[in-house]
Amino acid sequence: MTARIGVVTFPGSLDDRDTQRAIRLAGADPVALWHKDKDLKQVDAVVLPGGFSYGDYLRAGAISRFSPVMDTVIEQAKAGLPVLGICNGFQVLTEAHLLPGAMLGNDHLHFICRDQKLRVENAETAWTGDYRQGQEIHIPLKNMDGRYVADPYTLDKLEAEGRVVFRYLDMNPNGSLNDIAGVTNEAGNVVGLMPHPEHAVEPLIGSGRTDGLPFFTSILKKLVNA
Amino acid sequence: MSRTPLDTVEHAAATPDVELPWAELGLKKDEYERVVEILGRRPTGAELAMYSVMWSEHCSYKSSKVHLRQFGEKAPESDALLVGIGENAGVVDVGQGYAVTFKVESHNHPSYVEPYQGAATGVGGIVRDIIAMGARPVAVVDPLRFGAADHPDTKRVLPGVVAGIGGYGNCLGLPNIGGEVVFDACYQGNPLVNAGAIGVMRHEDIHLAKASGAGNQVILYGARTGGDGIGGASILASETFDDAKPSKRPAVQVGDPFQEKLLIECTLEAFREKLVVGIQDLGAAGLSCATSELASNGSGGMRVTLDDVPLRDSTLSPEEILMSESQERMCAVVEPAKVERFLEICAKWDVIATVIGEVTDGDRLEIFWHGGKIVDVDPRTVAHDGPVYERPYARPSWQDELQADDANKLPRPATSEELREQVLKLVASPNQASKKWITQQYDHFVQGNTVLAQPEDSGMIRVDEESGLGVAIATDGNGRYTKLDPYTGAQLALAEAYRNVATTGAKPLAVSDCLNFGSPEDPAVMWQFAEAVRGLADGCLQLGTPVTGGNVSLYNQTGEAAIHPTPVVAVLGVIDDVARRTPVAFQEEGQLLYLLGDTREEFGGSAWSQVIHDHLGGMPPVVDLERERLLAEILISASRDGMIDSAHDLSDGGLIQAVVESALLGGKGARLVVPDGLDAFTFLLSESAGRALVAVPRSEELRFNDMCGARGLPVTRIGVVDGDSVEIQGEFTLSLADLREAHENTIPSLLA
Repeated sequence: MTARIGVVTFPGSLDDRDTQRAIRLAGADPVALWHKDKDLKQVDAVVLPGGFSYGDYLRAGAISRFSPVMDTVIEQAKAGLPVLGICNGFQVLTEAHLLPGAMLGNDHLHFICRDQKLRVENAETAWTGDYRQGQEIHIPLKNMDGRYVADPYTLDKLEAEGRVVFRYLDMNPNGSLNDIAGVTNEAGNVVGLMPHPEHAVEPLIGSGRTDGLPFFTSILKKLVNA
Repeated sequence: MSRTPLDTVEHAAATPDVELPWAELGLKKDEYERVVEILGRRPTGAELAMYSVMWSEHCSYKSSKVHLRQFGEKAPESDALLVGIGENAGVVDVGQGYAVTFKVESHNHPSYVEPYQGAATGVGGIVRDIIAMGARPVAVVDPLRFGAADHPDTKRVLPGVVAGIGGYGNCLGLPNIGGEVVFDACYQGNPLVNAGAIGVMRHEDIHLAKASGAGNQVILYGARTGGDGIGGASILASETFDDAKPSKRPAVQVGDPFQEKLLIECTLEAFREKLVVGIQDLGAAGLSCATSELASNGSGGMRVTLDDVPLRDSTLSPEEILMSESQERMCAVVEPAKVERFLEICAKWDVIATVIGEVTDGDRLEIFWHGGKIVDVDPRTVAHDGPVYERPYARPSWQDELQADDANKLPRPATSEELREQVLKLVASPNQASKKWITQQYDHFVQGNTVLAQPEDSGMIRVDEESGLGVAIATDGNGRYTKLDPYTGAQLALAEAYRNVATTGAKPLAVSDCLNFGSPEDPAVMWQFAEAVRGLADGCLQLGTPVTGGNVSLYNQTGEAAIHPTPVVAVLGVIDDVARRTPVAFQEEGQLLYLLGDTREEFGGSAWSQVIHDHLGGMPPVVDLERERLLAEILISASRDGMIDSAHDLSDGGLIQAVVESALLGGKGARLVVPDGLDAFTFLLSESAGRALVAVPRSEELRFNDMCGARGLPVTRIGVVDGDSVEIQGEFTLSLADLREAHENTIPSLLA
């Protein structure tokens, strides 16, 4: 058997089809979910993809967080449904308070698109089981509002509990505190990160590496073995 | 402009002596008289608005038309061409049932006035042209030209333009895969912001801008109509800048990329359900253009009720509504039975859609406002029968003197040390330096099909995941070469773009162009234009790559000073399997470096003459299009058969520029030997056309040499990929670290 992984399309989502492709390449079945629809179609996990939902107007993720689909995502994530937020999806997850912290504009004030080196700091979440702890990987990064911030208490707690999942290496591309590229919730089922693993799943395309594929094989293994 | 009583057709006929502001709207006296003659009465205010925008230089091509005809007359036989010049964009067959549409346009004038919005809406406009053909947009490219890199105003214009392109294109989810950034003082007051886009569709999905079938409904959808961009085409794009006149900022439109993203998705969904008979985007000249073009290209007439147009500002007059260039709007013609479904799809995407009229069985375009008929015209007279000018043109008196000022006679470096210093200075010069600071503000990855993106020779996009079918696009132009000899300069631009597509392994298929020139009212500029068009048309015929469409931007001049004539040429190519693509970067140490083609002493218009001597004179490099074609065939075969692992075209900056770029991208150095019969200076810095640098694995050396020998392409072994420096034996060595610092720091230090 395989797993059914939902990908939500908000108005302004850009990487929804790319994420569906990555899920397919990992061997799972992608299921398209629509923002106006509360029904998650009984998927086993959900990805909130990258993009500029609602044009990032008001604040990145701030409007999407109130989409009908998010009511169900929030409810089920709290009950253990694996959820991955990529870039804009990460922003939606923080706006929805499924993950701590917030994203501000990049410190250099420009959009930045680059192949970014990361270290896997936590290989035990639902989405990172196929990585090794401490593994160094390259994943494309592309954003305007990628500067991760949180209050000192939250940061200390995240670090102490091993909930920083990815950290930027070599250079911090946006001024994120503690070089944080991605975090998880206490239960480890919800993960958000700014870089785009769905753009690193085929040797010829994008960054030319496949360092992002383990995200999707990790969740597949976890679901199938469950 | 709104008058009381309403200026209806009836009112206009009854008041022949009313003076209309035709001059303020950009019409010349004889043009206005022609309108009166066509209508047999004075135009209404609304009709005048339509004629003035549609007969502007920007929309009517009135100065360029007589020359542009050559693209049709000299069009090569091509099985690939599905839709040619005249539609929103050309369409090319790329095989396996796929068709590709692509086009380059200018947004020069608005981008100088308001860099961010000017550049952003340039992307928006070209993307809507692509959608209007029935295609999903898959990539954009941006050829840009600015004033001197260290001029204070460049720091205002460039960051705004780059942020605008990124802000709009990134939000649309279109990978930005190519283009150019060129600096030259001649563009100081007239930056060139050209924008290109590619779209992919199945053959059966091609749509055209025509309104046919009496009773079919005309639906305007997308953004509400506002007061922005009124007269953009006529006032802004069709006149030179003059300090004495008031600011033109109100004529620049404001973009909303989120709205455009919704427009793309809802239009493609309507196409998928086959709901659309004809479609047109609203760009320059807004509703005036969309209604008159749809009606004149179809079989019937059209009746439109302007009161039904959703407005952002309820005080707009009908003339303003007709002229508004508010962005993110499209106009579709839909059969009555399918209107409900069309509106449902728009509602799904939260896009406002309104029936504003219908196709009639007559042959008039009639527009109503508050119950009165304010427009009653033959739409062809608005859209197609604009004035055509045979502008006088003459070879400028200074051309001979310019060509006689031979760059080959400039003082050359006397020692190896001096040559080394000049190379380092060139690699760090703004035009030759890395543009990473700019291109990393664009998303290259979105859609997950990007195989190659800048700084590769051409951008490449995978079209089919199963077969690996892909398309490549390169844009090139060289205003310095074109100034020296417009005919040759245009052909050099074509040759370079053609070569850039071939170095990546793709077969060149078709051409789009963006012709940027000064004022057509200057006979010298008109001569440059005529020569460049003739050169391009002849070149396309010889290479077998038809021009499928494009754009002319005139009046790029401030006062008497025109820009260098700058035809920018985009070449589209196809590759059967993107896995065979050839990158620029050196891949493996030990691979052999070959120089393909002939190197002559050619320094006219070169980067060396500009950077070292601040000189522009002599003749540009010689063009040999038969050689370009042979070179392309060799590069494509070598790529397909796995004989080369990297390739880079040679153009501005010569061989050394190509070697440095391939070395820095691959993180691997090179050892080079100056071949017999050439001096080191000419070897490294000449800009002879028809050349490429390739890296050949040792196992392929024999086979590759045999192929070149059999086909008669000159091939010279010049060195090997090796080490962490670029060494020219017997001359000098530059470490990759030094080269990287020189090459990558220039742009950020000037602009960041």
